[in-house]
Amino acid sequence: MGIIQLNQVSRHFTKGRQKVEVLNDLDLEIEEGDFLALMGPSGSGKTTLLNLIGGLDQPTAGSVEVAGRQLVGLSSRKLAQWRSRNIGFIFQFYNLLPILSARRNVELPLLLTRLGGRQRRRNADVALAIVGLGDRAGHKPGELSGGQQQRVAIARAIVADPRILVCDEPTGDLDRETADEILDLLELLNREHGKTIIMVTHDPKAATHARRTLYLDKGSLVREAA
Amino acid sequence: MNSFSLIWSNLFRRRVRTFLTLFSIIAAFLLFGLLRSVADAFDSGVEVAGVDRLTVSPKYSIIDGLPVSHMSQILATPGVAGVTHSTWFGGTYQSTANFFPKFPVEPRAYFEMFDEYIIDPAQLDEFERIRTAAVAPADLAEEYGWQVGDRIPIEGDIWLREDGSRRWEFELVGIYRIRDDENMFAGFLFNYDYFDEARIPETEGIISNFSVRVSDPDEAAEVSARIDAQFENSINPTRTATEAEANRQFAAQVGDIGLIMNSILSAVFFTILLLTGNTMAQALRERVPELAVLKTLGFTDRRVALLVLLESVLLCGIGGALGIALATLVLGAIAPDLAAFLGQVEMSAMTTFGGLGIAVLLGIVVGLNPALSARRLQVVEALRR
Repeated sequence: MGIIQLNQVSRHFTKGRQKVEVLNDLDLEIEEGDFLALMGPSGSGKTTLLNLIGGLDQPTAGSVEVAGRQLVGLSSRKLAQWRSRNIGFIFQFYNLLPILSARRNVELPLLLTRLGGRQRRRNADVALAIVGLGDRAGHKPGELSGGQQQRVAIARAIVADPRILVCDEPTGDLDRETADEILDLLELLNREHGKTIIMVTHDPKAATHARRTLYLDKGSLVREAA
Repeated sequence: MNSFSLIWSNLFRRRVRTFLTLFSIIAAFLLFGLLRSVADAFDSGVEVAGVDRLTVSPKYSIIDGLPVSHMSQILATPGVAGVTHSTWFGGTYQSTANFFPKFPVEPRAYFEMFDEYIIDPAQLDEFERIRTAAVAPADLAEEYGWQVGDRIPIEGDIWLREDGSRRWEFELVGIYRIRDDENMFAGFLFNYDYFDEARIPETEGIISNFSVRVSDPDEAAEVSARIDAQFENSINPTRTATEAEANRQFAAQVGDIGLIMNSILSAVFFTILLLTGNTMAQALRERVPELAVLKTLGFTDRRVALLVLLESVLLCGIGGALGIALATLVLGAIAPDLAAFLGQVEMSAMTTFGGLGIAVLLGIVVGLNPALSARRLQVVEALRR
């Protein structure tokens, strides 16, 4: 059984009196250590699927089991605790806290652990070193380039050593060269550190860095490419 | 980094706005510290007064005065051990800024009644012997550099001399001190006989109030009732009360000091509530995506709400503490000038801790709504903003 197991998952939203079906009876299994790219047109349900896997949202129907835990029906508090231990998030626009230095941004998830202050700083520095930003620890996001900010975001995603990285258009705001650097870094994390990565992207070239690619359309998986 | 430094960093993300808000809170608590201390000084005067003494005042207004002829009847009242009188003189020494209370009194009887005033017996003899004699409390003499033998001119405003002039001149024959009680409202005292003979004849024999020593403090209420009953149907009815109550009534002539102070402070705090509330609400609106990120990382709804709430409490707490500290410094500087009006004015522990409590409460009230909004924040929706 995979680290991520979705069975008959549907997600509907209601806009006024209109019901919008975003995901329909979707089945998906992802093995541990996989690097999966999710592609598809806008509104196909990619981000919704990512949110369900990341424990940020709940399906209307079906079951979502991730890292050995059934997420459907979990309280907001339990989902938050589960996320802090199992999922690292990487967003298109980095979503760093502008008031904090790179080190402190990376340290944030560790505030939820029992690590002492010194150990938290040490772990944050190690994570920053992994993404090649050991010398930028004291800089605030506004003092870093887009690529560097995304590296800080990746360091923040891996600092608590989660098994799964959920990436929503991680290169969508970057130029080609920087995007390739970020994708190489994700590949490294998958290959060398065994992270399971699910990445939503519109960029076919970005998808080539993944082990396999799934295509979504109108809330259903339409095909898979290795 | 820890949760506190995260809160601290958030607090000062927009420094100008935070400092402006902080200054407003500081100003509010500076005002709180000063006004409450002044109100406390009024209360303090009430509380320290002895309960073995009664004050007999005009029933309706302190302006009316009482005839000195009441004294023999009061002295004859069962339960009365002694009686003397004093009169509010008003008057100005050199400048209206030099305010201190002045009373014509019966020298020996007055010092026997107020045995907390300590005077050299020889000086008291002089006070009694010399018609134009006056005595002053030590701090007043020190403030104006008076020495025994100095002549002190006072410009009368309520009481004119028989020849129509306003100038009263006294010879300082003694300096008295107050025994172990710095909070007494001590005055510049001069000889009543001289005052009574020299003032215009129409006002002769009028005094402001009598001080009565009761034989048994437990019977003060009964003695009080007996005194008033004697004059109930006269043209000068009296109102007898403990000194504490008389002081309270005197303060009430100015107005309900506590009510005035509290009304001002309520208006100030209401304004601060709106101002700080608006600042916190604005700060929350700007940070919605960041709060969503915290929740994404695993911060629980409760923890995020607590971060927002503590930020508000910290802002108000810092403002409150600095405001009260500043008020303490300002009070220290102006207390000597206020002493003549209010006795000792100082920041009480009640005002200090009460102020800090209000600051924390203000922080909770102001931060509650943003905190609840942060708690309710849906991650998926917030990240789309």
